Amino acid sequence: MTEMTAVQPDATAPGAGPMVRAEQVHKSFGPLEVLKGIDLEVRTGEVCCLLGPSGSGKSTFLRCINHLEKINAGRIWVDGEPIGYRERGGKLHEMREKEVAAQRRSIGMVFQRFNLFPHKTVLDNVTEAPVLVRREKKAAARERAAQLLERVGLGDKLGAYPGQLSGGQQQRVAIARALAMQPKLMLFDEPTSALDPELVGEVLDVMKDLARDGMTMIVVTHEIGFAREVGDSLVFMDGGVVVESGNPREVIANPRHDRTKAFLAKVL
Amino acid sequence: MSVETDTPERARPEPIQAVPVRHPGRWLAVAVIGVLVAMFVHLLVTNKAFNWSFMVDEMFRPPVIEGVRGSIALLLTSMLIGIGLGVLLAIMRLSENPILRGVAWVYTWFFRAVPRLVLVILFGNLGILWARIEFGLPFDRQIGALFGVQDFEARLFGFTAVEILTGFVAGMLALGLSEAAYMAEIVRAGLQSVDEGQTEAAQALGMTRAQILRRIVLPQAMRVIVPPTGNETIAMLKDTSLVAFVPVSTELFFQLRAVGSRTFQVFPMLVAATIWYLLLTSVLLVGQYHLERHFAKGFGRSERAKIRLRGMTAETGGRTGEVGGA
Repeated sequence: MTEMTAVQPDATAPGAGPMVRAEQVHKSFGPLEVLKGIDLEVRTGEVCCLLGPSGSGKSTFLRCINHLEKINAGRIWVDGEPIGYRERGGKLHEMREKEVAAQRRSIGMVFQRFNLFPHKTVLDNVTEAPVLVRREKKAAARERAAQLLERVGLGDKLGAYPGQLSGGQQQRVAIARALAMQPKLMLFDEPTSALDPELVGEVLDVMKDLARDGMTMIVVTHEIGFAREVGDSLVFMDGGVVVESGNPREVIANPRHDRTKAFLAKVL
Repeated sequence: MSVETDTPERARPEPIQAVPVRHPGRWLAVAVIGVLVAMFVHLLVTNKAFNWSFMVDEMFRPPVIEGVRGSIALLLTSMLIGIGLGVLLAIMRLSENPILRGVAWVYTWFFRAVPRLVLVILFGNLGILWARIEFGLPFDRQIGALFGVQDFEARLFGFTAVEILTGFVAGMLALGLSEAAYMAEIVRAGLQSVDEGQTEAAQALGMTRAQILRRIVLPQAMRVIVPPTGNETIAMLKDTSLVAFVPVSTELFFQLRAVGSRTFQVFPMLVAATIWYLLLTSVLLVGQYHLERHFAKGFGRSERAKIRLRGMTAETGGRTGEVGGA
């Protein structure tokens, strides 16, 4: 089980620094400014939980990290590489679509609404990107996909279509699909918010397992228990800024900021 | 209120045996329709103008069969052009490139604005515009003149317009190019019907836009695209009769009308045309049914229920590997 962990960058790689670094990230949708200068650092192997009321910009920030949203100001580096832009001769160049796609290969993402491909079987959902993007051999990709699905507890659902699975099962397939690309960073965008309460646990278990194996993870979540138990750091956002951050157990036990207190009082 | 506590297992009540609601209106409707059908059949059998034996004799003659073949060939080629170009135009319309978007819009605007009949006649007469159609360097004579070369010609190959652009090819192009404009709109609607999350998930996996379109979005859009495309195909089958104005002679309606006017038996031949088009359309409907079923994979209410049932038996029987393997 442990050797199946997604590849961790070795310490000598250029990414010996933080896995994710964000500096003064701003993002607006038209006149609406959603992110007002986010600074963040996530070390390799760290599990960072983003907490905050809806509309605080935490999901938008997560989507900026793999360039699903273009940022208006600031910088984001993943493993030392600036995301979406290239600096040449003191000028910032927008990356071509192919280059952005290449950057995204090593960043896995799990969505609130799973977004599995409904016209493909579970196995094909997982092998699609490795075969198409990483040019893996079909047989090898299938074998690894089967292992990953076994790991998330769905070894008996390879031939099923997503529509035949429960929400929790679908989300676990989605996690296996992201892991199949052997990412060095996993982004979770409210992975359990669309699930029935009794299905939340099975998804969180898979995520805990992943965290234990040393995967670097950024998790937007409302699951305080998960943040407390698994998180290495907690970032509380509100109104497009980071209000408070630190060790999750300390922040949850003794929130310093009034807004954090008010939020935690409601969700705990 | 009496509660029987001493009988833990209550007897199952008898099935309901109620008198069903009567529908006398339906019986009346059946009677009326019956009379109308009888009148119609009576007309078909007794009216001499139908001239059935003559019609059956003529409608399977070699020239007519040749016409059927021509119509089908025209249908297939023009729909191929229409669908291929239509997909391309739809992708252009949804592209981020403003030039491609503009070109696709203008194309759609033009070919949807001009009636097919006018287009067909127009294409049939393009030979008036050019005697020969040649491919090579554009404005070659003007460029030659600029450098002092008289009658400079840089052309790779060409053909005589009257030979190629008349008849079948003209009709095929007119119908196909016009169809592409309609198909573009259908395909665009299909592509837009696919959830945005599908594209995002594929993007997050590092797929490029072309890969996402081909592997993720287009297959799901097909579910929305196929039914109206079936409609378009049926409409196109009927519109092939327009090429009689190009003029094209190897076409079903042209052939039947020719027989009609030659023998002064116009009406039986019109009936023959009706029957032929009914037959061909019915064949197309069968094809559409199978296509729709194919692209409903993983969707569809009945299909999903069927798969789920199989999945349930598999769960209890432990043979999950077979569920929906196709």
